[in-house]
Amino acid sequence: MDIVVSVKTNLDLQMIRIKNREPVLEAIPYKTGDLDKNAVEAALQLRDAVGESKVIVLTVAESNRKVRETIKEVLAMGADEAVLIVDPALESTDQAGVARTLAAALQKIGSYDLVLFGEGSSDDYSGQVGPRVAELLGVPQIGYARQITAGGAGVLVERSMDEYIETLEAPLPAVLTVVSEINEPRIPSLMNIMKAGKKPTEEWSLADLGLDPAAVASSCETLSNLAEEQDRKHIMLEGGAAEQAAGLVNALLKEGIVGR
Amino acid sequence: MADILVYSEKQDAALELAFKGKELGAALGMGLSAAAFGPSAADSAGALGAHGVDRVFVSEDPALEGLGVDVVAEALAQVACEAGATMVLIASTRRGKELAPRLAQKLGAGCVTDVSSLVLTDGSVVASRYAFGGNTVARENLTTESKVFAVMPKTFEIAAPVAGAGAVVQAALSLQPSAAKVVSRRPKDGDAVNLDAAERIVGVGRGFAKRDDLGLGEELAAALGAELACTKGLSDFGWLGEDRIVGLSGAKTKPDFYLAVGVSGQIQHTVGISSAKLIAAINTDKDAPIFQLADYGIVGNLYEVLPALVEKLKAL
Ligand SMILES: Cc1cc2nc3c(=O)[nH]c(=O)nc-3n(C[C@H](O)[C@H](O)[C@H](O)COP(=O)(O)OP(=O)(O)OC[C@H]3O[C@@H](n4cnc5c(N)ncnc54)[C@H](O)[C@@H]3O)c2cc1C
Ligand SMILES: Nc1ncnc2c1ncn2[C@@H]1O[C@H](COP(=O)(O)O)[C@@H](O)[C@H]1O
Repeated sequence: MDIVVSVKTNLDLQMIRIKNREPVLEAIPYKTGDLDKNAVEAALQLRDAVGESKVIVLTVAESNRKVRETIKEVLAMGADEAVLIVDPALESTDQAGVARTLAAALQKIGSYDLVLFGEGSSDDYSGQVGPRVAELLGVPQIGYARQITAGGAGVLVERSMDEYIETLEAPLPAVLTVVSEINEPRIPSLMNIMKAGKKPTEEWSLADLGLDPAAVASSCETLSNLAEEQDRKHIMLEGGAAEQAAGLVNALLKEGIVGR
Repeated sequence: MADILVYSEKQDAALELAFKGKELGAALGMGLSAAAFGPSAADSAGALGAHGVDRVFVSEDPALEGLGVDVVAEALAQVACEAGATMVLIASTRRGKELAPRLAQKLGAGCVTDVSSLVLTDGSVVASRYAFGGNTVARENLTTESKVFAVMPKTFEIAAPVAGAGAVVQAALSLQPSAAKVVSRRPKDGDAVNLDAAERIVGVGRGFAKRDDLGLGEELAAALGAELACTKGLSDFGWLGEDRIVGLSGAKTKPDFYLAVGVSGQIQHTVGISSAKLIAAINTDKDAPIFQLADYGIVGNLYEVLPALVEKLKAL
């Protein structure tokens, strides 16, 4: 079975500082999408359960530099091959453009039984890319997978909806998106990190996919992107636990939260 | 005249969208259509028609049973065509959030999901959503002719019913059954809790070492008259239900007081508490990001601070 995992690289969001409501994005390191690592882990577990399978990771970015560490990390986790779609024209694309690029890359790869995505990327969390790819490929999609069993010509997925847990069955090929509770992504061993560099990696441009930069132009114009205003007191309560507790209760009395 | 089309599998959410759709439609000179599918379509159609929707397209086509996302997307695309709709509003429930992009792809439309506000600015509908994992709010303008917005439930109120009723139209759909088949469905464990409306919240995180220790958090919540909420980190352990998660993928709360206990304060969590009037935090790590958002901070061990707090509160 051929399992493709779509993996995104984003900024390390925890490192972003806000200055005058503007996010300061200089010198922020890159990080592999959190849920994308869950998707890779799910793919590896499926591969090992089904046998005679391979896991290909697929990523789309404006530069090779941005995704290099991510690719190394997921190959070290155990993915077999990587395909990078790198093109400067992707700098200003949107989820629709990424989906179109991924779908074209999947068609060029040719053979895919399962395509796995995160339920949302760590930074945008739009959840658009997976469903858009499913529509472009004309294949079934099952979102929010928390357990995946594959075999024969189909896949059985337990998924987490707002109010219930639902089990769905779909023929292959299919697009799945995963939630974080599906697994705990493995941490690569040093040995596997060393070996990752030798795994087959392909790099394609948009032209290699027969796509024109206009095909990935963004249709989403961001008018502003600012932090919400926060005005906090930042009072630290000192002393031992009893003293701190007394300090907080006094503060809550003063603020009118308790004792009304 | 182009229409705005609203749809949600949840009736209340659909009515919220109808309220906003009416307002936008009036300002833009667009009519308002809605879609209602499945066995309860007729009931929903009545409610939508009584809340300002001009035309409700209903279908009980058996292919819609189970609301397979591929079929619902196709059905909505056909309704949008029949209604002449260029803007579609869908509720960003889990179902809606996976539906909206698939529909958008069919319509060649731009799409924004998890929308937290829709505002008419210079003749365009501008949608706000969280960006950079919740660090910021981006205001987006879609430049495509067709647009799909998936709006978070409870973003808008529900209008009072209006006199007169919208027309109910049997939609002429041509649908194939979903490629994915529902095998089973069971309710989620855990008690339902409404964090959106809570005035006080105690939010617990992975600082709790064992499930049994959550009793300390419950006691504190009881002493404060607060609801117990949690981080996704903690819920992923299965210690508390998902409906207690606060943050990007959980509840966006706006209580008078939020007390974070053993919570690191990663952005995906704090986005759900930043509207709290007052925030306090208890954490052993003085550098934990949660303190940047706190009005009152206690650097300390929750196993010592919580019993002391409960004692002081009970003595009031
Ligand atoms: C797409 C996406 C969506 C997400 N959505 C959400 C969401 O909606 N809500 C959410 O919460 N998370 C969400 N997350 C996860 C989020 O990024 C964090 O992983 C999570 O919030 C961390 O939970 P935590 O604070 O409980 O755990 P940790 O980050 O592990 O923090 C535990 C804290 O407890 C402190 N501590 C330890 N022992 C003690 C003690 N004895 N006394 C006091 N303090 C102690 C530690 O110093 C630490 O700061 C999302 C992630 C992604 C990628
Ligand atoms: N640039 C990208 N390259 C590869 N996969 C991506 C990219 N952007 C998004 N994805 C995939 O799509 C999922 C959802 O992303 P999003 O629609 O941005 O929330 C992610 O979890 C990834 O699996």
